[in-house]
Amino acid sequence: MNATNRAVVVTGVGATTPLGGDSATTWEAMLAGESGARPLTQEWAADLPVTFAATAAVEPTEILPRPQARKLDRSAQFGLIAAREAWADAGFQGRAGEDAPVDPDRLGVVLASGIGGVTTLMDQYDVLRERGARKVSPHTVPMLMPNSPSANVSLDVGARAGAHTPVSACASGAEAVGYAAEMIRTGRADVVLAGGTEACVHPLPIAAFANMMAMSKDNENPKTASRPFDTARNGFVLGEGAGLVVLESADHAARRGARVYCELLGQGLSADAHHIAQPEPTGHGIATALRHLLATTDLKPEQLAHVNAHATSTPQGDLAEVKALRAVLGENLDPVAISATKSMTGHLLGGAGGVATVATALALYHRVAPPTINVDELDPEVDADVVVGKPRELPSGTIAALSDSFGFGGHNVVLALRTV
Amino acid sequence: MAASREEIIAGLAEIVNEIAGIPNDEVTEEKSFTDDLDVDSLSMVEVVVAAEERFGVKIPDDDVKGLKTVGDAVGYIADHQS
Repeated sequence: MNATNRAVVVTGVGATTPLGGDSATTWEAMLAGESGARPLTQEWAADLPVTFAATAAVEPTEILPRPQARKLDRSAQFGLIAAREAWADAGFQGRAGEDAPVDPDRLGVVLASGIGGVTTLMDQYDVLRERGARKVSPHTVPMLMPNSPSANVSLDVGARAGAHTPVSACASGAEAVGYAAEMIRTGRADVVLAGGTEACVHPLPIAAFANMMAMSKDNENPKTASRPFDTARNGFVLGEGAGLVVLESADHAARRGARVYCELLGQGLSADAHHIAQPEPTGHGIATALRHLLATTDLKPEQLAHVNAHATSTPQGDLAEVKALRAVLGENLDPVAISATKSMTGHLLGGAGGVATVATALALYHRVAPPTINVDELDPEVDADVVVGKPRELPSGTIAALSDSFGFGGHNVVLALRTV
Repeated sequence: MAASREEIIAGLAEIVNEIAGIPNDEVTEEKSFTDDLDVDSLSMVEVVVAAEERFGVKIPDDDVKGLKTVGDAVGYIADHQS
Protein backbone atom coordinates (compact mmCIF):
# COMPACT_ATOMS: atom_id res chain seq x y z
CA MET A 1 0.00 0.00 0.00
CA ASN A 2 1.15 3.53 -0.71
CA ALA A 3 1.84 5.93 2.13
CA THR A 4 -1.80 6.80 2.51
CA ASN A 5 -3.60 8.25 5.48
CA ARG A 6 -5.57 5.37 6.94
CA ALA A 7 -7.07 7.54 9.67
CA VAL A 8 -10.81 6.85 9.94
CA VAL A 9 -13.39 9.61 9.77
CA VAL A 10 -17.17 9.74 10.11
CA THR A 11 -18.78 11.15 6.96
CA GLY A 12 -22.40 10.11 7.35
CA VAL A 13 -24.95 9.42 10.07
CA GLY A 14 -28.35 7.71 10.03
CA ALA A 15 -30.81 6.63 12.69
CA THR A 16 -34.37 5.60 13.30
CA THR A 17 -35.15 5.65 17.00
CA PRO A 18 -37.89 6.13 19.57
CA LEU A 19 -37.18 9.87 19.28
CA GLY A 20 -37.45 10.22 15.52
CA GLY A 21 -37.43 8.50 12.14
CA ASP A 22 -34.06 9.97 11.16
CA SER A 23 -30.87 11.24 12.80
CA ALA A 24 -31.79 14.93 12.59
CA THR A 25 -35.16 14.45 14.30
CA THR A 26 -33.55 12.17 16.88
CA TRP A 27 -30.82 14.72 17.61
CA GLU A 28 -33.31 17.61 17.93
CA ALA A 29 -35.42 15.57 20.35
CA MET A 30 -32.30 14.71 22.37
CA LEU A 31 -31.35 18.35 22.71
CA ALA A 32 -34.95 19.10 23.73
CA GLY A 33 -34.75 16.41 26.41
CA GLU A 34 -37.67 14.33 25.16
CA SER A 35 -38.47 10.79 26.19
CA GLY A 36 -39.28 8.12 23.60
CA ALA A 37 -40.95 5.81 26.13
CA ARG A 38 -44.67 5.15 25.81
CA PRO A 39 -47.29 2.68 27.02
CA LEU A 40 -47.68 -0.51 24.99
CA THR A 41 -51.28 -0.54 23.82
CA GLN A 42 -51.20 -4.00 22.24
CA GLU A 43 -53.44 -6.63 23.79
CA TRP A 44 -50.46 -8.90 24.50
CA ALA A 45 -48.87 -6.28 26.73
CA ALA A 46 -51.68 -6.08 29.27
CA ASP A 47 -50.53 -8.94 31.50
CA LEU A 48 -46.78 -8.37 31.27
CA PRO A 49 -44.76 -7.18 34.27
CA VAL A 50 -43.64 -4.23 32.11
CA THR A 51 -46.28 -2.52 29.97
CA PHE A 52 -44.24 0.23 28.31
CA ALA A 53 -41.25 0.60 26.00
CA ALA A 54 -39.44 3.15 23.89
CA THR A 55 -40.97 2.11 20.58
CA ALA A 56 -39.89 3.47 17.22
CA ALA A 57 -41.20 6.97 16.45
CA VAL A 58 -41.81 6.01 12.81
CA GLU A 59 -43.05 2.57 11.78
CA PRO A 60 -40.55 1.10 9.30
CA THR A 61 -43.39 -0.37 7.24
CA GLU A 62 -44.49 3.19 6.48
CA ILE A 63 -41.11 3.79 4.83
CA LEU A 64 -40.29 0.57 3.01
CA PRO A 65 -42.42 -0.81 0.16
CA ARG A 66 -44.57 -3.69 1.42
CA PRO A 67 -43.11 -6.45 -0.79
CA GLN A 68 -39.66 -5.59 0.57
CA ALA A 69 -40.75 -5.07 4.18
CA ARG A 70 -42.51 -8.44 4.39
CA LYS A 71 -39.23 -10.24 3.63
CA LEU A 72 -37.31 -8.38 6.35
CA ASP A 73 -37.41 -8.83 10.10
CA ARG A 74 -38.22 -5.57 11.87
CA SER A 75 -34.57 -5.30 12.97
CA ALA A 76 -33.44 -5.46 9.33
CA GLN A 77 -36.10 -2.90 8.39
CA PHE A 78 -34.69 -0.45 10.94
CA GLY A 79 -31.13 -1.22 9.84
CA LEU A 80 -31.88 -0.67 6.17
CA ILE A 81 -33.66 2.63 6.80
CA ALA A 82 -30.85 4.00 8.98
CA ALA A 83 -28.19 2.70 6.57
CA ARG A 84 -29.84 4.43 3.61
CA GLU A 85 -29.97 7.69 5.56
CA ALA A 86 -26.29 7.44 6.52
CA TRP A 87 -25.37 6.54 2.94
CA ALA A 88 -27.21 9.57 1.55
CA ASP A 89 -25.90 11.79 4.34
CA ALA A 90 -22.36 10.88 3.29
CA GLY A 91 -23.20 12.14 -0.18
CA PHE A 92 -23.72 8.77 -1.88
CA GLN A 93 -26.62 7.79 -4.09
CA GLY A 94 -27.43 4.37 -5.48
CA ARG A 95 -25.15 1.36 -5.49
CA ALA A 96 -21.39 1.34 -5.21
CA GLY A 97 -19.66 1.22 -8.59
CA GLU A 98 -22.84 2.38 -10.34
CA ASP A 99 -24.13 5.79 -9.18
CA ALA A 100 -22.05 5.97 -6.00
CA PRO A 101 -18.33 6.70 -6.56
CA VAL A 102 -17.06 3.89 -4.32
CA ASP A 103 -15.30 0.71 -5.45
CA PRO A 104 -17.74 -2.04 -4.40
CA ASP A 105 -14.79 -4.30 -3.53
CA ARG A 106 -13.62 -1.59 -1.10
CA LEU A 107 -17.00 -1.01 0.56
CA GLY A 108 -18.01 -2.94 3.68
CA VAL A 109 -20.94 -3.29 6.05
CA VAL A 110 -20.69 -4.11 9.74
CA LEU A 111 -24.19 -4.06 11.18
CA ALA A 112 -24.87 -5.77 14.48
CA SER A 113 -27.87 -6.94 16.41
CA GLY A 114 -27.82 -8.25 19.94
CA ILE A 115 -30.73 -10.64 19.58
CA GLY A 116 -31.50 -11.06 15.88
CA GLY A 117 -34.87 -11.71 14.32
CA VAL A 118 -36.68 -12.83 17.44
CA THR A 119 -40.10 -11.52 16.40
CA THR A 120 -39.85 -13.41 13.11
CA LEU A 121 -38.92 -16.56 15.01
CA MET A 122 -41.83 -16.23 17.40
CA ASP A 123 -44.34 -15.35 14.66
CA GLN A 124 -43.31 -18.31 12.53
CA TYR A 125 -43.42 -20.65 15.50
CA ASP A 126 -47.04 -19.56 15.94
CA VAL A 127 -47.64 -20.34 12.23
CA LEU A 128 -46.06 -23.78 12.66
CA ARG A 129 -48.21 -24.66 15.66
CA GLU A 130 -51.46 -23.17 14.41
CA ARG A 131 -51.32 -23.80 10.66
CA GLY A 132 -48.71 -26.51 10.13
CA ALA A 133 -45.24 -26.91 8.62
CA ARG A 134 -46.30 -26.24 5.02
CA LYS A 135 -47.33 -22.68 5.95
CA VAL A 136 -44.02 -21.67 7.56
CA SER A 137 -42.58 -18.85 5.45
CA PRO A 138 -39.62 -19.79 3.20
CA HIS A 139 -38.20 -16.40 4.20
CA THR A 140 -37.99 -17.38 7.88
CA VAL A 141 -34.29 -18.22 8.05
CA PRO A 142 -33.05 -15.27 5.94
CA MET A 143 -35.21 -13.05 8.14
CA LEU A 144 -34.29 -14.32 11.58
CA MET A 145 -30.55 -14.85 11.15
CA PRO A 146 -28.71 -12.13 13.07
CA ASN A 147 -26.56 -11.30 10.04
CA SER A 148 -29.69 -10.52 8.03
CA PRO A 149 -29.48 -6.74 8.57
CA SER A 150 -25.84 -6.55 7.47
CA ALA A 151 -26.47 -8.86 4.51
CA ASN A 152 -29.47 -6.83 3.38
CA VAL A 153 -27.57 -3.54 3.62
CA SER A 154 -24.68 -5.02 1.64
CA LEU A 155 -27.19 -6.10 -1.03
CA ASP A 156 -28.75 -2.65 -1.04
CA VAL A 157 -25.56 -0.63 -1.56
CA GLY A 158 -23.53 -3.31 -3.33
CA ALA A 159 -20.86 -3.70 -0.62
CA ARG A 160 -18.42 -6.51 -1.44
CA ALA A 161 -15.46 -5.96 0.91
CA GLY A 162 -17.34 -7.89 3.58
CA ALA A 163 -20.58 -7.87 5.56
CA HIS A 164 -20.13 -8.68 9.24
CA THR A 165 -22.21 -9.03 12.38
CA PRO A 166 -20.40 -8.98 15.70
CA VAL A 167 -22.66 -10.18 18.49
CA SER A 168 -22.02 -9.06 22.07
CA ALA A 169 -25.46 -8.24 23.47
CA CYS A 170 -25.73 -4.52 24.23
CA ALA A 171 -22.15 -3.87 23.10
CA SER A 172 -22.83 -5.25 19.60
CA GLY A 173 -23.41 -1.93 17.84
CA ALA A 174 -20.23 -0.40 19.24
CA GLU A 175 -18.24 -3.53 18.44
CA ALA A 176 -19.52 -3.21 14.87
CA VAL A 177 -18.24 0.38 14.61
CA GLY A 178 -14.87 -0.66 16.03
CA TYR A 179 -14.63 -3.62 13.64
CA ALA A 180 -15.49 -1.35 10.73
CA ALA A 181 -12.74 1.10 11.68
CA GLU A 182 -10.27 -1.81 11.72
CA MET A 183 -11.37 -2.82 8.21
CA ILE A 184 -10.35 0.63 7.02
CA ARG A 185 -7.21 0.92 9.11
CA THR A 186 -5.89 -2.45 7.96
CA GLY A 187 -6.60 -1.66 4.33
CA ARG A 188 -9.51 -4.01 3.64
CA ALA A 189 -11.93 -1.22 2.85
CA ASP A 190 -12.14 2.50 2.10
CA VAL A 191 -15.73 3.00 3.21
CA VAL A 192 -17.81 0.98 5.71
CA LEU A 193 -21.41 1.37 6.86
CA ALA A 194 -21.40 0.46 10.54
CA GLY A 195 -23.70 0.38 13.51
CA GLY A 196 -26.40 -1.60 15.25
CA THR A 197 -30.07 -2.41 15.11
CA GLU A 198 -32.61 -4.09 17.37
CA ALA A 199 -36.30 -4.90 17.39
CA CYS A 200 -37.47 -7.04 20.25
CA VAL A 201 -40.47 -5.26 21.69
CA HIS A 202 -42.33 -8.55 21.99
CA PRO A 203 -43.83 -10.30 25.02
CA LEU A 204 -41.15 -13.00 25.27
CA PRO A 205 -38.09 -10.73 25.50
CA ILE A 206 -39.98 -8.31 27.75
CA ALA A 207 -41.02 -11.09 30.14
CA ALA A 208 -37.49 -12.51 30.08
CA PHE A 209 -35.71 -9.21 30.73
CA ALA A 210 -38.24 -8.33 33.42
CA ASN A 211 -37.65 -11.65 35.16
CA MET A 212 -33.92 -10.92 35.19
CA MET A 213 -34.87 -7.86 37.27
CA ALA A 214 -33.05 -5.76 34.68
CA MET A 215 -35.95 -3.56 33.56
CA SER A 216 -37.74 -0.68 35.22
CA LYS A 217 -41.28 -1.71 36.15
CA ASP A 218 -42.49 1.86 36.63
CA ASN A 219 -45.55 1.22 34.45
CA GLU A 220 -47.36 4.33 35.66
CA ASN A 221 -44.59 6.68 34.52
CA PRO A 222 -43.02 5.51 31.24
CA LYS A 223 -41.40 8.85 30.42
CA THR A 224 -39.50 9.13 33.70
CA ALA A 225 -38.69 5.42 34.13
CA SER A 226 -35.28 5.65 32.44
CA ARG A 227 -33.25 7.76 34.90
CA PRO A 228 -29.52 7.01 34.65
CA PHE A 229 -27.42 8.30 37.55
CA ASP A 230 -30.53 9.27 39.56
CA THR A 231 -30.81 7.84 43.07
CA ALA A 232 -34.20 6.27 42.20
CA ARG A 233 -33.04 4.44 39.04
CA ASN A 234 -34.43 0.93 38.96
CA GLY A 235 -33.65 -0.67 35.61
CA PHE A 236 -33.53 -0.01 31.89
CA VAL A 237 -36.36 0.82 29.51
CA LEU A 238 -36.46 -1.35 26.39
CA GLY A 239 -36.03 0.57 23.15
CA GLU A 240 -35.93 -0.34 19.47
CA GLY A 241 -34.42 1.10 16.30
CA ALA A 242 -31.08 1.48 14.59
CA GLY A 243 -28.14 3.82 14.23
CA LEU A 244 -25.38 3.69 11.64
CA VAL A 245 -22.43 5.80 10.59
CA VAL A 246 -20.45 5.89 7.37
CA LEU A 247 -16.78 5.42 8.24
CA GLU A 248 -14.26 6.33 5.61
CA SER A 249 -10.50 6.55 5.29
CA ALA A 250 -9.44 10.16 5.68
CA ASP A 251 -7.82 10.03 2.24
CA HIS A 252 -10.93 8.70 0.52
CA ALA A 253 -13.07 11.33 2.22
CA ALA A 254 -10.65 14.11 1.28
CA ARG A 255 -10.43 12.98 -2.36
CA ARG A 256 -14.17 13.32 -2.84
CA GLY A 257 -14.49 16.45 -0.69
CA ALA A 258 -16.78 14.80 1.84
CA ARG A 259 -18.11 16.59 4.89
CA VAL A 260 -16.38 15.14 7.96
CA TYR A 261 -18.19 14.99 11.31
CA CYS A 262 -15.20 13.81 13.32
CA GLU A 263 -12.39 11.29 13.44
CA LEU A 264 -12.86 7.83 14.91
CA LEU A 265 -9.63 7.20 16.81
CA GLY A 266 -10.23 3.60 17.73
CA GLN A 267 -11.65 1.27 20.31
CA GLY A 268 -10.89 -0.26 23.67
CA LEU A 269 -12.14 -3.78 24.32
CA SER A 270 -12.31 -6.15 27.25
CA ALA A 271 -14.39 -8.86 28.90
CA ASP A 272 -15.37 -8.91 32.58
CA ALA A 273 -15.19 -12.70 33.11
CA HIS A 274 -17.32 -11.99 36.19
CA HIS A 275 -20.98 -12.95 35.66
CA ILE A 276 -23.19 -13.72 32.66
CA ALA A 277 -25.49 -10.77 33.33
CA GLN A 278 -24.30 -8.73 36.32
CA PRO A 279 -21.81 -5.92 35.78
CA GLU A 280 -18.51 -6.26 37.63
CA PRO A 281 -19.23 -3.76 40.45
CA THR A 282 -15.80 -2.09 40.69
CA GLY A 283 -15.69 -1.39 36.95
CA HIS A 284 -12.45 -3.35 36.56
CA GLY A 285 -13.40 -4.74 33.14
CA ILE A 286 -14.47 -1.34 31.84
CA ALA A 287 -11.22 0.15 33.12
CA THR A 288 -9.30 -2.51 31.20
CA ALA A 289 -11.12 -1.47 28.02
CA LEU A 290 -10.29 2.19 28.70
CA ARG A 291 -6.61 1.36 29.23
CA HIS A 292 -6.59 -0.65 26.03
CA LEU A 293 -8.06 2.36 24.25
CA LEU A 294 -5.42 4.73 25.65
CA ALA A 295 -2.63 2.28 24.81
CA THR A 296 -3.67 1.70 21.21
CA THR A 297 -4.96 5.06 20.00
CA ASP A 298 -3.81 8.64 19.77
CA LEU A 299 -6.40 9.71 22.35
CA LYS A 300 -5.01 12.32 24.74
CA PRO A 301 -6.92 12.20 28.03
CA GLU A 302 -6.63 15.96 28.50
CA GLN A 303 -8.55 16.44 25.23
CA LEU A 304 -11.57 14.55 26.54
CA ALA A 305 -14.64 16.79 26.77
CA HIS A 306 -17.60 14.41 26.51
CA VAL A 307 -18.67 10.86 27.25
CA ASN A 308 -21.80 9.28 25.86
CA ALA A 309 -22.20 6.91 28.77
CA HIS A 310 -23.55 3.39 28.50
CA ALA A 311 -25.58 4.19 31.67
CA THR A 312 -28.79 2.22 31.18
CA SER A 313 -30.38 3.24 34.51
CA THR A 314 -29.50 0.11 36.46
CA PRO A 315 -28.33 0.58 40.05
CA GLN A 316 -25.02 -1.31 39.67
CA GLY A 317 -24.12 -0.68 36.04
CA ASP A 318 -24.24 3.12 36.08
CA LEU A 319 -21.92 3.27 39.10
CA ALA A 320 -19.42 0.72 37.77
CA GLU A 321 -19.03 2.81 34.62
CA VAL A 322 -18.28 6.03 36.49
CA LYS A 323 -15.87 4.24 38.83
CA ALA A 324 -13.94 2.92 35.84
CA LEU A 325 -13.81 6.32 34.13
CA ARG A 326 -12.52 7.91 37.32
CA ALA A 327 -10.00 5.15 37.99
CA VAL A 328 -8.41 5.42 34.56
CA LEU A 329 -8.81 9.12 33.74
CA GLY A 330 -8.29 10.60 37.21
CA GLU A 331 -8.63 14.37 37.23
CA ASN A 332 -8.91 14.38 33.43
CA LEU A 333 -12.50 13.30 34.05
CA ASP A 334 -13.30 16.53 35.96
CA PRO A 335 -14.12 18.75 32.95
CA VAL A 336 -15.82 15.96 30.97
CA ALA A 337 -19.54 16.39 30.19
CA ILE A 338 -21.19 13.03 30.74
CA SER A 339 -24.47 12.34 28.95
CA ALA A 340 -26.74 9.33 29.31
CA THR A 341 -28.88 9.50 26.19
CA LYS A 342 -30.64 6.26 27.12
CA SER A 343 -32.63 8.43 29.52
CA MET A 344 -34.40 9.58 26.34
CA THR A 345 -34.05 6.78 23.76
CA GLY A 346 -34.42 3.88 26.15
CA HIS A 347 -31.98 1.01 25.68
CA LEU A 348 -31.78 -0.22 22.10
CA LEU A 349 -29.63 -3.23 23.12
CA GLY A 350 -27.62 -4.18 20.01
CA GLY A 351 -28.74 -0.93 18.38
CA ALA A 352 -27.54 1.19 21.28
CA GLY A 353 -23.88 1.43 20.27
CA GLY A 354 -24.87 2.56 16.79
CA VAL A 355 -27.19 5.28 18.05
CA ALA A 356 -24.62 6.35 20.65
CA THR A 357 -21.95 6.66 17.95
CA VAL A 358 -24.29 8.85 15.91
CA ALA A 359 -25.06 10.99 18.98
CA THR A 360 -21.37 11.29 19.91
CA ALA A 361 -20.36 12.27 16.38
CA LEU A 362 -23.10 14.91 16.31
CA ALA A 363 -22.11 16.17 19.77
CA LEU A 364 -18.54 16.76 18.58
CA TYR A 365 -19.65 18.24 15.25
CA HIS A 366 -22.12 20.67 16.83
CA ARG A 367 -20.06 21.02 20.04
CA VAL A 368 -22.95 20.36 22.35
CA ALA A 369 -23.49 17.53 24.82
CA PRO A 370 -27.08 16.25 24.96
CA PRO A 371 -28.77 16.19 28.37
CA THR A 372 -29.49 13.35 30.75
CA ILE A 373 -33.16 13.62 31.67
CA ASN A 374 -35.00 12.44 34.78
CA VAL A 375 -32.11 13.13 37.16
CA ASP A 376 -34.09 14.57 40.06
CA GLU A 377 -31.43 13.67 42.60
CA LEU A 378 -27.98 12.78 41.32
CA ASP A 379 -26.64 9.68 43.03
CA PRO A 380 -23.97 11.08 45.40
CA GLU A 381 -21.72 8.15 44.51
CA VAL A 382 -21.56 9.38 40.90
CA ASP A 383 -18.20 11.12 41.01
CA ALA A 384 -18.47 12.83 37.61
CA ASP A 385 -20.02 15.84 35.89
CA VAL A 386 -23.35 14.62 34.49
CA VAL A 387 -25.11 16.91 32.03
CA VAL A 388 -28.46 17.14 33.77
CA GLY A 389 -31.69 18.38 32.21
CA LYS A 390 -30.40 20.76 29.53
CA PRO A 391 -27.76 20.37 26.80
CA ARG A 392 -24.34 21.85 27.45
CA GLU A 393 -21.99 23.61 25.04
CA LEU A 394 -18.64 21.88 24.54
CA PRO A 395 -15.35 23.80 24.40
CA SER A 396 -13.68 25.04 21.22
CA GLY A 397 -10.37 23.67 20.00
CA THR A 398 -9.54 20.01 19.51
CA ILE A 399 -11.77 17.91 21.75
CA ALA A 400 -12.38 14.20 22.06
CA ALA A 401 -15.29 12.07 23.24
CA LEU A 402 -15.93 8.50 24.29
CA SER A 403 -18.92 6.34 23.47
CA ASP A 404 -19.33 3.50 25.97
CA SER A 405 -21.21 0.25 25.35
CA PHE A 406 -21.33 -2.78 27.62
CA GLY A 407 -23.24 -6.01 27.16
CA PHE A 408 -24.63 -8.97 29.05
CA GLY A 409 -21.84 -11.50 29.09
CA GLY A 410 -19.35 -8.90 30.28
CA HIS A 411 -18.47 -7.38 26.89
CA ASN A 412 -16.97 -3.89 27.14
CA VAL A 413 -16.43 -1.60 24.16
CA VAL A 414 -15.29 2.02 24.38
CA LEU A 415 -15.01 4.04 21.17
CA ALA A 416 -12.97 7.25 20.98
CA LEU A 417 -13.83 10.09 18.60
CA ARG A 418 -12.19 13.49 18.08
CA THR A 419 -12.95 16.72 16.26
CA VAL A 420 -11.07 17.36 13.04
CA MET B 1 -66.23 -27.08 -8.37
CA ALA B 2 -63.26 -26.42 -10.61
CA ALA B 3 -62.06 -22.88 -11.25
CA SER B 4 -61.88 -21.61 -14.85
CA ARG B 5 -58.58 -20.48 -16.39
CA GLU B 6 -59.73 -16.87 -15.94
CA GLU B 7 -60.49 -17.46 -12.30
CA ILE B 8 -57.10 -19.13 -11.80
CA ILE B 9 -55.27 -16.21 -13.41
CA ALA B 10 -57.22 -13.74 -11.30
CA GLY B 11 -56.42 -15.73 -8.16
CA LEU B 12 -52.71 -15.99 -9.03
CA ALA B 13 -52.66 -12.25 -9.75
CA GLU B 14 -53.95 -11.54 -6.25
CA ILE B 15 -51.35 -13.86 -4.75
CA VAL B 16 -48.49 -12.34 -6.76
CA ASN B 17 -49.69 -8.87 -5.87
CA GLU B 18 -49.70 -9.75 -2.19
CA ILE B 19 -46.21 -11.28 -2.28
CA ALA B 20 -44.34 -9.17 -4.85
CA GLY B 21 -46.44 -6.01 -5.11
CA ILE B 22 -46.99 -6.42 -8.87
CA PRO B 23 -50.28 -4.87 -10.10
CA ASN B 24 -52.88 -7.56 -10.76
CA ASP B 25 -53.36 -6.68 -14.43
CA GLU B 26 -49.67 -7.26 -15.14
CA VAL B 27 -49.95 -10.89 -14.10
CA THR B 28 -50.66 -12.49 -17.46
CA GLU B 29 -50.06 -15.98 -18.83
CA GLU B 30 -46.85 -15.26 -20.75
CA LYS B 31 -45.07 -13.63 -17.77
CA SER B 32 -42.15 -15.39 -16.09
CA PHE B 33 -42.40 -15.41 -12.30
CA THR B 34 -38.68 -14.81 -11.85
CA ASP B 35 -37.85 -12.53 -14.76
CA ASP B 36 -41.02 -10.45 -15.01
CA LEU B 37 -42.83 -10.55 -11.68
CA ASP B 38 -40.05 -10.20 -9.09
CA VAL B 39 -40.83 -13.61 -7.58
CA ASP B 40 -37.53 -15.23 -6.56
CA SER B 41 -37.11 -18.89 -5.66
CA LEU B 42 -38.10 -18.33 -2.02
CA SER B 43 -41.12 -16.21 -2.86
CA MET B 44 -42.15 -18.84 -5.43
CA VAL B 45 -42.63 -21.25 -2.55
CA GLU B 46 -45.02 -18.71 -1.01
CA VAL B 47 -46.91 -18.42 -4.31
CA VAL B 48 -47.18 -22.21 -4.52
CA VAL B 49 -48.41 -22.63 -0.94
CA ALA B 50 -50.98 -19.87 -1.38
CA ALA B 51 -52.14 -21.37 -4.68
CA GLU B 52 -52.45 -24.84 -3.11
CA GLU B 53 -54.73 -23.43 -0.43
CA ARG B 54 -56.78 -21.32 -2.80
CA PHE B 55 -57.35 -23.92 -5.54
CA GLY B 56 -57.29 -27.13 -3.49
CA VAL B 57 -54.33 -28.67 -5.32
CA LYS B 58 -51.07 -30.26 -4.17
CA ILE B 59 -47.99 -29.01 -6.01
CA PRO B 60 -45.02 -31.22 -5.06
CA ASP B 61 -41.59 -29.52 -4.87
CA ASP B 62 -40.39 -31.46 -7.94
CA ASP B 63 -43.22 -30.01 -10.01
CA VAL B 64 -42.59 -26.41 -8.89
CA LYS B 65 -39.44 -26.30 -11.04
CA GLY B 66 -41.59 -26.69 -14.13
CA LEU B 67 -43.72 -23.65 -13.35
CA LYS B 68 -41.73 -20.93 -15.10
CA THR B 69 -44.59 -18.76 -16.32
CA VAL B 70 -48.00 -17.82 -15.05
CA GLY B 71 -49.41 -19.90 -17.92
CA ASP B 72 -47.47 -22.96 -16.66
CA ALA B 73 -49.05 -22.52 -13.23
CA VAL B 74 -52.53 -21.96 -14.65
CA GLY B 75 -52.24 -25.14 -16.73
CA TYR B 76 -50.91 -27.16 -13.80
CA ILE B 77 -53.67 -26.02 -11.48
CA ALA B 78 -56.39 -26.53 -14.13
CA ASP B 79 -55.16 -30.09 -14.71
CA HIS B 80 -54.77 -31.03 -11.04
CA GLN B 81 -57.64 -29.36 -9.20
CA SER B 82 -60.21 -31.72 -7.80
